[in-house]
Amino acid sequence: MSISKPQNTTNPTTGFSPIRIIVSLLPLMVSMAILAWGFFFIRDLQLNKSTLPQLIIVILAIIWGVGGVILLFTTANFFVEQLPLVWTTRLQPFIFIGPALLMLTWALVIPTIRTIFASFFDEATVKFVGFKNFTFVFTDPAMLTVFRNNLLWVVVGTTFTVSAGLLIAVLADRSNFESAAKTFIFMPMAISFVGAGVIWNFVYAAKPVTEPQIGLLNSIVVSFGGQPQAWTAFFQPWNNFFLIVIVIWLQTGYAMVLLSAAVKGIPSEMLEAARVDGATEIQLFFKIMIPQILGSIIAVSTTIVIFSLKIFDVVWVMTGGQYGTSVIATEFYRQYFTYNNNGYGSAIAVVLFIAVIPVMIYNLRQFAQREAFK
Amino acid sequence: MKSKFISSFIVNGSLALICLLWTIPTIGLLISSFRDRLDINVSGWWTVFPHKDWVSVQQITPDASIDRDVAMTLGGVTATFEQFAQGIDKNGQRFIWVGNRRVGYLDIERYQWTANTTFTLENYKQVLATGDYTAKLKDGTTVTQIGDNMYRAFLNSIAVTVPSTVIPIALAAFAAYGFAWMKFPGRKMLFALVVGLLVIPLQIALIPILQDYVRIHVNGTFLAVWLAHTGFGLPLATYLLFNYISELPREILEAAFADGASHFTIFTQLIIPLSVPALASFAIFQFLWVWNDYLIALIFIGASPTNQLVTQRLAEIVGSRGEDWHLLTAGAFITMVLPLVVFFALQRYFVRGLMAGSVKG
Repeated sequence: MSISKPQNTTNPTTGFSPIRIIVSLLPLMVSMAILAWGFFFIRDLQLNKSTLPQLIIVILAIIWGVGGVILLFTTANFFVEQLPLVWTTRLQPFIFIGPALLMLTWALVIPTIRTIFASFFDEATVKFVGFKNFTFVFTDPAMLTVFRNNLLWVVVGTTFTVSAGLLIAVLADRSNFESAAKTFIFMPMAISFVGAGVIWNFVYAAKPVTEPQIGLLNSIVVSFGGQPQAWTAFFQPWNNFFLIVIVIWLQTGYAMVLLSAAVKGIPSEMLEAARVDGATEIQLFFKIMIPQILGSIIAVSTTIVIFSLKIFDVVWVMTGGQYGTSVIATEFYRQYFTYNNNGYGSAIAVVLFIAVIPVMIYNLRQFAQREAFK
Repeated sequence: MKSKFISSFIVNGSLALICLLWTIPTIGLLISSFRDRLDINVSGWWTVFPHKDWVSVQQITPDASIDRDVAMTLGGVTATFEQFAQGIDKNGQRFIWVGNRRVGYLDIERYQWTANTTFTLENYKQVLATGDYTAKLKDGTTVTQIGDNMYRAFLNSIAVTVPSTVIPIALAAFAAYGFAWMKFPGRKMLFALVVGLLVIPLQIALIPILQDYVRIHVNGTFLAVWLAHTGFGLPLATYLLFNYISELPREILEAAFADGASHFTIFTQLIIPLSVPALASFAIFQFLWVWNDYLIALIFIGASPTNQLVTQRLAEIVGSRGEDWHLLTAGAFITMVLPLVVFFALQRYFVRGLMAGSVKG
């Protein structure tokens, strides 16, 4: 009996042989061993600050990370295909969806439960404290500023991003350089929040009154006879708006792309008919276009609201949450990493989680109606 | 016809203005990153363009014997030190004292067209350098400072980004195929889980994951970041790829099954090649997301100086040397260059990925 030769698995006559199963398990075992070894190797390389050039470590790490996944899938599948057909059919789906489900469970499902659990315990997750952490979150004066700021982010950020995106989408649709214009507006989406923070810090840069201004905004203000300002620091509470501008700048491209597609989807006969009836372009915009693309506007707004709820990088890099600019995500970071208070930190994270639950339910409802799963 | 021309002019004009407004901040950064550090701090980046300004045409260093406490006659103008220090305008020229009373000199300036066009690569060399770097300045002096090690951070960012992009795509593609074309118990429930996780705020998962990492000693390594990005990127990846893969024509798969192909063969030989557009869309999305990420790197790599990524290095320069604009501008551009190249080269796929309906966690 040749056990080393892979058999055609779709042949139902293939018999069951324990030896064959064990042998076909070998590649999977070997690749798991190689991966485990690579795991410790790379971990220790990095932890021990090895003398290997960084470039070599980087290449090794990429090969392990990318190659490992392919190796694991191939060998696991090989094993399952050696089993009797009924078992192949039964197990193979889990080879396909299993790794993704395992990762989701480990990275999202279990941590969510653990964080909710920790939010009812004290700072070291030892003593049960009931709703004490939540009482703190909703009554502490500093936390109330945090919620006010997040509300500003959500309302102002979303309104301006969506309006600007829609305005640009409509203008671009009628202009002579649509794709070039879209590229310019869209480009900031490729930039990190930290990078955008630096770009705008430079726009907002303030020098003493006696020196020439190197920041664009203060230079304009001074040329009109004004006083230079530290826009993101002592200019409270307006400094929050100067931070929000950065995210509007980054996100408008996203709103524009989605709304532009929606605008193009409006039947042109409908617009023509309204024009013939004597409607002005402004009426056309508010009475026909907006109602027609309302679905897209809501979808884009929801995405940006969720995004604004979780805003962290920009605030952290620009002000560190000082000068009354702290938001939920920066406060979460501070509670856990600066004050070592897992209870407060977890409670803040749970508040964020609760805030997105309506969207989650909406998504699940939409999903329940899908053809593919009926 | 005339009103049509005017409205077209308004549309194109206002759009051009908006585009300019959107681009100016980035252009300012890019130009500044090439300016000498002495220039960046005393003049706006816009002075590299031709503009009218007072330009020095002659410098007179008065003889040491001249009494500076009474009126002096220099360059044909008689005035006291205080008047010279204020600046005297005469015959279209400005006479202004530069420096202090004893060792200063008189600068004769004329208001004319000029541009600050001294450009340098020193800023980039400084931020990329590992260890000390001696920068040459415009006035001939040199400054030695420790480099910001952006070169290493750039390599680290690549090491983090490539697997953090490929691994979730591989896992998600298999899962998407499984959900779309295989029958198994709990299929609907499990996919509902994926949909439910689409909008979950990752803050809720960070601390427990960090605790796991500390337990198995991977905190501060690339592995930690790969696994985190894989987990956080999977819901969207699975969802987008499922949408695409489940729409592929059933006949193609049925024909392959009839030929005796297994699921694995169909997946690798047929589905993957057919799904390249969807895979590319998500790959660009995830690449930009991971490369630009700061929060996950901050928490899972943290202060480890050897493994830090470009966003972390840049944030650190902002924190510790927020007024060193020559470093900030060059550093920021280094973090931006790769995503911008990817973006401009593959914009089409990126837009398609966004359109496929995305709510990112």
